Amino acid sequence: MQNQGRRVLICDPTLRDGNHAVRHQLTCEQITKYAVAANAAGVPVIEVGHGNGLGASSLQVGLSKTDDKSALEAARKALTTTKLGIHIIPGFATIKKDLRLALDVGVDVFRIATHCTEADITERHISHIRGHGREVYGVLMMSHMASEAVLVEEASKMQAYGAEGVVIMDSAGAYLPSDVTVRIGALVNTLGIPVGFHGHNNLGMAIANSIAAVNAGAVIIDGTARGFGAGAGNTQLEALVAVFDKLKIQTGIDLYKVLDAGDVAEKYLIETLPTISSVSIVSGLSGVFSGYVKPVNRIASEYKLDPRDIFFELGRRKVVAGQEDMIIEVATDLSKRG
Amino acid sequence: MRVNQEKLKVAILGSGNIGTDLLVKTLRSPYLTCALFIGRNMASAGMRKANELGVKISDQGIKAIQADPACCDIVFDATSALAHLQHWPILAGLNKHVIDMTPSKIGEMCVPSINLDAESATKNINMITCGGQASVPIVYAISAVQKELEYVEVVSHIASRSAGPATRLNLDEYIETTEAAVRKYSDAKHVKAILTLNPAVPCVDMQTTVLMKMANPDLDKISISIAEMVSKVQAYVPGYELRVGPVLENGRIVVTVKVCGLGDYLPKYAGNLDIINCAAIAAAEHYAKSRA
Repeated sequence: MQNQGRRVLICDPTLRDGNHAVRHQLTCEQITKYAVAANAAGVPVIEVGHGNGLGASSLQVGLSKTDDKSALEAARKALTTTKLGIHIIPGFATIKKDLRLALDVGVDVFRIATHCTEADITERHISHIRGHGREVYGVLMMSHMASEAVLVEEASKMQAYGAEGVVIMDSAGAYLPSDVTVRIGALVNTLGIPVGFHGHNNLGMAIANSIAAVNAGAVIIDGTARGFGAGAGNTQLEALVAVFDKLKIQTGIDLYKVLDAGDVAEKYLIETLPTISSVSIVSGLSGVFSGYVKPVNRIASEYKLDPRDIFFELGRRKVVAGQEDMIIEVATDLSKRG
Repeated sequence: MRVNQEKLKVAILGSGNIGTDLLVKTLRSPYLTCALFIGRNMASAGMRKANELGVKISDQGIKAIQADPACCDIVFDATSALAHLQHWPILAGLNKHVIDMTPSKIGEMCVPSINLDAESATKNINMITCGGQASVPIVYAISAVQKELEYVEVVSHIASRSAGPATRLNLDEYIETTEAAVRKYSDAKHVKAILTLNPAVPCVDMQTTVLMKMANPDLDKISISIAEMVSKVQAYVPGYELRVGPVLENGRIVVTVKVCGLGDYLPKYAGNLDIINCAAIAAAEHYAKSRA
């Protein structure tokens, strides 16, 4: 592959996806510490907020310790060159409650996310941000659940609404590199806007999948410090930057300083370093959202069930992100089955 | 048994999923008849269905009612929240009773198991949202026996195929209207509504979970109150079913209901369409009976 002179935009959702790993308990102090480190490293964009994005603090997914406004303001103050980004999912967040707040606080990059087959629910949110002249991307979550043809159709809708790029997420960490090559390739060949990839590491494939994405033409890649994120974690940012350096793919990020940012995350943000636990592997195999690991483990222990059985049953029922209440229903049904 | 001429004449404005399913339910009602089914495109699936059923159709939108105001006593507006803002002043001017199926929040909210007589106070009653019709009875039943609810959250999942274009465009209004209804019927300090579309095939049934935080919950009292309410709802929504709870999990009271539809226009998984339409039919029949 001819990577010479290729450049990718790194987006770092440590302060958003990482929140899943600490039950959405990140504080303003932690946000400030990491934002300063990422800014110093020249990370182009960081994302801040509840694990499911702005407006998602809930009993369903978990209540945030820090309200969205305080979290965004803390990050805003800490950043000079790095852009401040948010993730929002229509159905959790609304224009009036959440996008307006983000616009007021001075968020630079808006990533409007939805389940991979439901792009049309992002129309008003994407066009609202375009109307305000801010940078806006479409995000298709749980993208392993759709074929490349469906992803192309959905991403094309986001492009028509005004998205300046489309990122597909491997939210369950279910992909192998060949899956990524096919999907990213199809999107790059069809869309007239940049294409991105957001990996999870349930099957140990996050870095390999990110390389496959770039080789297939992706120009936006997500990664988090130490892989801080739901379940087995995300693509590890520091390793990603090092690998891209080796492949002569430019990121504009200072290697030593991003390693320092990783150390900051480990010291101040992370309770338990992400690991590919048995349950995370099952989450990847069953194609269930990585964010379900903590509630599944908790409910499995309360109902005296094997969390792996819960994951496979959730996978059989094809749950998507945002259906955490199904875990109790599945646990109840499995208990009855005995 | 009533004869046809005595039935209340309704016009259905909007030929999408909601409007077409309402048509099938209206035609089955002993108290209602559909005098006019109105869309914008003669070739749409809903218009073709109405034509097959022998119902008078028009592609002229609200103008069809303006051109012949005497055609109906009551109008179901099954268009969109934005369209209803324009339709309501016109329909009010024509002195029509309106049952608003959109989350416009203009009219008096109505949940038949709680306030079936909402129309006695106003000519515009609002059927809230599908998630509102499923969750508010549970929220109301709990708040009847448990004072000072600290936080109430209602989370609904619906099959992607059951959500038409207006539903998708109105997601923000769905959330705002559902939250307003939960606030009104519970007096909770904080409320939140969440909607997720699930594209799984075969399609998932509509499901709504109520999650609450409160001081000193009395699960026995809550269970009894919910059971009574569920049977009240089942009187007009036969597929309404308690699936989980109430259980206390991780400091939260959790109650899940499922709605299996009647399969009138869309398949049974579209319980979201079924529950709001069953509620609207119950309200319209109540009005018809009160006039008789």
